[in-house]
Amino acid sequence: MSEIETFYDVMRRQGITRRSFMKYCSLTAAALGLSPSFVPKIAHAMENKPRTPVIWVHGLECTCCSESFIRSAHPLAKDVVLSMISLDYDDTLMAAAGHQAEAALQDTIEKYKGNYILAVEGNPPLNEDGMYCIVGGKPFVDQLKHAAEHAKAVISWGACASYGCVQAAKPNPTRATPVHKVITDKPIIKVPGCPPIAEVMTGVITYMLTFDRLPELDRQGRPAMFYSQRIHDKCYRRPHFDAGQFVEQWDDENARKGYCLYKMGCKGPTTYNACSTVRWNEGVSFPIQSGHGCIGCSEDGFWDQGSFYDRVTDLTQFGVEANADKVGMTAAGVVGAGVAAHAAISALKAAQRKSQKEEA
Amino acid sequence: MTDSVHAEMDGASRQTSIYVYETPVRIWHWINALAITVLCITGYFIGSPPPSMQIAEATHQFVFGYIRFAHFAAGMILTVFFIGRIYWAFVGNHHAKQLFYIPFWRGEFWKEVWFEIKWYLFIAKEPKKYVGHNPLAQLAMFCFITLGMTFMIVTGMALYAEGAGQGSFYDKLFGWVIPLVGGNSHVLHTYHHLGMWWIIVFMIIHIYVAIREDIMSRQSIVSTMISGHRTFKDDRAD
Repeated sequence: MSEIETFYDVMRRQGITRRSFMKYCSLTAAALGLSPSFVPKIAHAMENKPRTPVIWVHGLECTCCSESFIRSAHPLAKDVVLSMISLDYDDTLMAAAGHQAEAALQDTIEKYKGNYILAVEGNPPLNEDGMYCIVGGKPFVDQLKHAAEHAKAVISWGACASYGCVQAAKPNPTRATPVHKVITDKPIIKVPGCPPIAEVMTGVITYMLTFDRLPELDRQGRPAMFYSQRIHDKCYRRPHFDAGQFVEQWDDENARKGYCLYKMGCKGPTTYNACSTVRWNEGVSFPIQSGHGCIGCSEDGFWDQGSFYDRVTDLTQFGVEANADKVGMTAAGVVGAGVAAHAAISALKAAQRKSQKEEA
Repeated sequence: MTDSVHAEMDGASRQTSIYVYETPVRIWHWINALAITVLCITGYFIGSPPPSMQIAEATHQFVFGYIRFAHFAAGMILTVFFIGRIYWAFVGNHHAKQLFYIPFWRGEFWKEVWFEIKWYLFIAKEPKKYVGHNPLAQLAMFCFITLGMTFMIVTGMALYAEGAGQGSFYDKLFGWVIPLVGGNSHVLHTYHHLGMWWIIVFMIIHIYVAIREDIMSRQSIVSTMISGHRTFKDDRAD
């Protein structure tokens, strides 16, 4: 790899025609919500820019992000991995292993100082000096810090890297920590989800390569083009929500009719993601479409928000199975009883005083 | 009742009356009471929806939509009137200001709070006279209404901003609240829900105490919020 090829070079080498290439540029523009005037710009960038090297590291995670990523349909992950980015290090996808793999990482860092993108899947555990996750004989947190030092930007793949996910759920024994709390001096883009949608992942990468900058982020550092609306806002079952038609039980007639899953604890109203528009597996379906509520996997701390099947979820502070309503009703009940008792005593006292006065 | 009869006879010759609550304060009080009632009922239903109804095709049926609409409309009315009430604290009489502060550093205030607690614990024989709120009432009003309602307005607006969408007016004003509670708006829903019960607890105490004081204390309470005039049942000092 003396001279880095451009995207276009690689695509042509792979037998992709100019016509197909232009189609791809149009499709990418559409996927990113850009106007047709951006098509030639994307094409120009693809023809002239050297491919951006990407280092993809894995911490505490389940590889569901990678599994999702390689199922991307538009653009195909094959195209992304083989032609668009120069994925120089990814220990689960690369052929090399062991010392060879670690050498490739070191090479890439040295060669492209300040120019590569660091994609992080999973997160570093910080307890016991990071010993809960060892990569190449060293704690993962060291590899992460080392790789991030010269990175241009960091992508936090999935709920693990973005928020901590299951390994950071209470009580978080390994002190698994999201990437942005460890790497504080680099631009970080969060792509949460467990896993994130494949097209969202490739879409984010395509945007960064094409425009050489981070996409517009929201307050929490997520790309606004995919995370600016809730599942609920674009849910095809929304009319049933507004109508007040809900699934009451998993096996009732309303479930069969495809009514709203709100009462079954659907977290769609509090979850920002593109599931209800982009959907999954080449746009085939998404959880709500298959009859199960959203569990809110792209939200911060979604494992610690009580049951996936309650709308008003339990408050752990008040012991087992107490939710806002139970706590509130108990408080109101106690106060109500207190008021009744107080009123009774007041009346008694008044009566007593009256009789005393009459005696006197 | 008996007490007031005696008091009435004692001071029948010279009943004093002071204009305490100006018209805007009284209007605000009753609109606020109505809005809170609507908000509590609809809010509870938003958390735990009523049983599904099959009145018409989903497109033509808007039951839950109307419940949410009533909640949002009442919330907006409550907010606007609360802002108006804050304005009136500046231009109104000094009683209009009582809701928004507690004289935290005044020892006398806390002593009188303690006296009021004793009165409610049946230790003190006779209550003191107050033109405005008694100190304990002022403390409760501040905690439940001023702080409680501000909390409900801010969290409610942040939740409303979610529906209004990113970049909307409400999002620009209140979007910062969600990251503040950890980033997951489900947490905010829970807090907003607990806030409702905080207000309900206040309502129970408030209505009970207002009626009780009206009967047992030395001044008018309930009628004062209608007419604006505080009348005293006797003309003994304090």
